[in-house]
Amino acid sequence: MATQQFESFSLGNGLRVIVQPMSAVQSAALTLMLPGGSIYDIPGKFGTGAILAEMIPRGAGQFSARELSSAMDNLGLQRGVSGGVGYITVSAATTADRLMDAIPLIATMVLQPHLAEDQFEPAQELVLQGLHALEDEPKQRLGHYLRACSYAAPWSNPAEGILADVESIQLADVVNHHKSLILPNETVLGIAGNVDVPAVKEALTAALGDWQAGDLPALVTGGTDASPKHVEHDSTQTHIGVAWETVPYRHERYFEAWATVSLLSGGMSSRLFTEVREKRGLCYEISASINTQRDQARVFAYAGTTNERAQETLDVMVAEIRRVHEGITTDELDRCKARAKSTLIMQQESTMSRSSSLARDTLHLGRVMPMEELRSKIDALTVDQVRDFALEFASEKMALVTIGPQQLDPSCINSVSVAS
Amino acid sequence: MQFYEHTLDNGLKIVVELNSSVYSVAAGFFVRTGSRDETPEVSGVSHFLEHMAFKGNDKYSADDVNRIFDEIGANYNASTGEEVTMYYASVLPEYLDKTLELLTVLMQPSLAQEDFDMEKNVILEEIGMYDDQPAFTTYDNLMATHFANHPLGKSVLGTRESITALTSEQMRAYHADRYKAGNITLAVTGNTDFDTLIKLIEKHCSSIPAGTCDRDLPDVFATEKTEMITRESSVQQHVMQMGQAPKGKDSLRFAAELLGIVVGDDSGSRLFWDVVDPGHADSAELSYNEYDGAGTWMTYLSCAPEDVAANIARMKTVFEEVNKNGITAEELEQAKNKVASRIVLRGERPMGRLSSLGSNWVYRKEYCSVADDLKTVRAVSLQDIDALLKQFPMRLITTVGVGPLQELSLN
Repeated sequence: MATQQFESFSLGNGLRVIVQPMSAVQSAALTLMLPGGSIYDIPGKFGTGAILAEMIPRGAGQFSARELSSAMDNLGLQRGVSGGVGYITVSAATTADRLMDAIPLIATMVLQPHLAEDQFEPAQELVLQGLHALEDEPKQRLGHYLRACSYAAPWSNPAEGILADVESIQLADVVNHHKSLILPNETVLGIAGNVDVPAVKEALTAALGDWQAGDLPALVTGGTDASPKHVEHDSTQTHIGVAWETVPYRHERYFEAWATVSLLSGGMSSRLFTEVREKRGLCYEISASINTQRDQARVFAYAGTTNERAQETLDVMVAEIRRVHEGITTDELDRCKARAKSTLIMQQESTMSRSSSLARDTLHLGRVMPMEELRSKIDALTVDQVRDFALEFASEKMALVTIGPQQLDPSCINSVSVAS
Repeated sequence: MQFYEHTLDNGLKIVVELNSSVYSVAAGFFVRTGSRDETPEVSGVSHFLEHMAFKGNDKYSADDVNRIFDEIGANYNASTGEEVTMYYASVLPEYLDKTLELLTVLMQPSLAQEDFDMEKNVILEEIGMYDDQPAFTTYDNLMATHFANHPLGKSVLGTRESITALTSEQMRAYHADRYKAGNITLAVTGNTDFDTLIKLIEKHCSSIPAGTCDRDLPDVFATEKTEMITRESSVQQHVMQMGQAPKGKDSLRFAAELLGIVVGDDSGSRLFWDVVDPGHADSAELSYNEYDGAGTWMTYLSCAPEDVAANIARMKTVFEEVNKNGITAEELEQAKNKVASRIVLRGERPMGRLSSLGSNWVYRKEYCSVADDLKTVRAVSLQDIDALLKQFPMRLITTVGVGPLQELSLN
């Protein structure tokens, strides 16, 4: 297998760039992660970052919204701007020969958005529509509540905003959000594809070199919503979400955390799928995954099931989570490792997935973890390590959110003493 | 890229596209069967059977199938539609032997009663899950209404009633009829070599029973009808509309795909600028869908109930303007650029190529490389668009709504 090569450099204003040249592909992709996610939304103005993300493509520099869209379409640029919890992420991909032309357009869009009066109302309206649509999608709503019940503010701030706040946000709030947060020294840019590094560097310097550095405002911290929480909803299924604390990606024991969750929910031979779905036929969808911020992380587990079987589903699901340290075999752990390694290798075939990994690694670790290092960390994991981690980080009280016609008995989420 | 085709003695068709510059290899069985091939008594059996395939046979139990796929780090799954049931896995090349063996097990499951009874619960849960997704409910009812009295109107999932009543004997009979080698195509893409591959395929897949089966391809007499499914507790209204478009074998399908992007792509299209960008709706899209012997224009609108009538009128204005005056050269060029970069990006991964390779063979017995696809897209002219609009104007005759509204006037 070809070894990976990366080139990292910073522009004078502190913007960190990581490029991975991939000669076997025809495409190139970039991921730009800008501070400005909902963690910076001020209480009472939740949704400011979401409106900004909606307004960024609506005209910039010398381009009207239509001209900007047209210019990007002419380059075949597949792109998206999404407002998340920590960051506003701009992703874009096209054939490699066109990336150089796309860079100045993307830079103009990010640095000089018009944020004009006539575009504000439609953008605000679309964020509101998105929130209304969420009301009809119990599974999506569940994620929103589970986050609020397991993270403290500002990490629990909803990326999509909240209805009451969005209506009261003013254009000035959005302009201020852009001005105070979109700073090069807190931004990372990952580029992967069939590109020439010196040419990329030159294009980036010309397009982004004048961007002014600054200091981010302090985060407004707060509490966590009460759990267990039940939201009554006239749905066919009861949607169940369980969350507990684990270690973030940058933590030295992250791979033990990953393996613990992988035993539960990595592949169709994993424990939750086998015990809840295959053996008992309780649900169609069941999953668990790690949600990692830079300094903290949670495991989010989900199951959707018809109401009469919801209590049993919750009880079996939580029991499996509680006993994850029991009876781990080498074969079971090897399966998790095999899946992870093959995913890692196949990721090398996609410029979009590589560019986002480059950006994410840099934000979380301050560097890109080469594939060989990742492989050896995964290979080195032992059953004892994973068992010890599962015991040490077993949650005393998990967060529980349910959405559906009836409330469930939540007693299973409180810890019983864990025997080692 | 190198293309090969081959047919085994039992009639199994094999299409292969090799690419030595990628790391993985993907393989998939495309069974030409789906909800359109079901009788009303067994509605939902194709999809239920797809689940049962993973329950294994005498040699490999359900646990074995899942465990071994995970052991080799496979990215694997299956899907069922109106016309094709697909089983696929992508793996590193050294695991191709095991992968083909397991995929072949999926083609010949035991269909044991105990597994059938347990999996029935999972299917009923899946029906419940989609019930909570209003866009899906809208689509399912739109197909049933537009294709009333046509095989394409049959639901992929079936209903609670049809699934509850289904027996394992009925499923076995359906399986014996549809899963014959002559009705199956095996597509393989990615990094391997043909000689090794063909030996593995002969070793594993020769056990699939020979035989062929038919499919009815009746003409479509689409229903001009509006149906509203009222859900008082919903907040948003979902509306989908459907009209006739080129069939899956019609050469106008490329023009239709491009026109769909000009008019109804999720960004930068006419619907986007007239309906979504001003904030009137959170989605307003149009797409072209091709089927065996049929084709559709399909729209999707999601907005506040009180804005539906105005938005439907805005959309109608867009369609009428395009039907009358066509599109501009610049719009066509932009759509080509969008499609071209999608083809290139998707084509870089074996999993991305698999569906295109398999579907082209199942539907048209033709092979199109990425370069062929790009050339075809580039060749579409404004004259082609005009010819398309003349034959298949965007006239959306079937409408289905799900949400608070009880009625909808389209005039």
